[in-house]
Amino acid sequence: MIPMSYYLLLAALLFGVGILGVLIRRNALVIFMSIELMLNAVNLTFITLSRYMGTLHGQICVFFVMTVAAAEVAVGLAVIMMIFRNRGTANVDEINLMKW
Amino acid sequence: MELSLFIVIGGITLISGLLVVFQKNPLYSALFLILTFLAMAGLYLLLAAEFIAIIQVIVYAGAVMVLFLFVIMLMNLDRERYAEAAGHRIQKFFGLAMVVIIVPLIGLGISTALLYSGSQLGAKGGQGLPAAQNASNAKAVASLLFTDYLLPFEITSVLLLAAMIGVVYLARREAKPDNAGPAQ
Repeated sequence: MIPMSYYLLLAALLFGVGILGVLIRRNALVIFMSIELMLNAVNLTFITLSRYMGTLHGQICVFFVMTVAAAEVAVGLAVIMMIFRNRGTANVDEINLMKW
Repeated sequence: MELSLFIVIGGITLISGLLVVFQKNPLYSALFLILTFLAMAGLYLLLAAEFIAIIQVIVYAGAVMVLFLFVIMLMNLDRERYAEAAGHRIQKFFGLAMVVIIVPLIGLGISTALLYSGSQLGAKGGQGLPAAQNASNAKAVASLLFTDYLLPFEITSVLLLAAMIGVVYLARREAKPDNAGPAQ
């Protein structure tokens, strides 16, 4: 058994990469993909702790996180498609009608 | 053996995650994200969570990413559209600075918790999950899901119905005035 902190460190790094993607990229689809990467990092943390504590509650939590993430992706992509249909661009810098 | 597998699969996950963020074409980002999800399913197999690994492949790599690819196809992004704007140096610098601050904080939080109760958290890991010795992972997860977590399960089904209705409403085309019918 390798130490638990290896998996937790990998999950933290993946979460950091997801944050980097959300903050740096300007395309709405790539931002959305980075959010999915962050959710997967959290899933990895849940399953690691479920394994090393000997219970299954972490895996149940991952089940629900996956379901909610799938529903969120469907709705979010529908919103992005509507914005693209109305504004003609997927660049989040150009969707600035509410900006002061 | 487990360490070498962890290094290979974890390395694939991390590098593929970095390539998701740093690709110019969003189609390539989506393909690298599929590779990330498959590598994470491999990590879940290393952690003896076979049911969750298969669900990860089916739901994330099989449904969510197919949805992403359909949207990328329908949005028909041109070369000029997905090129990033030139002047965002300060934004990228602050994004990188924020990640450089946050990830060590998370790492510090992980190691501090392990420092204080490390013996407790590490002791049970040696014998594996108690329910996994005489039942498959799917059976053990199901026996917990349909007894203790029945209410969240039913609420999740209502959530999926609401999401489906919302998406069907959001993605419909508006009725145009000249589509009123042949009898004019």
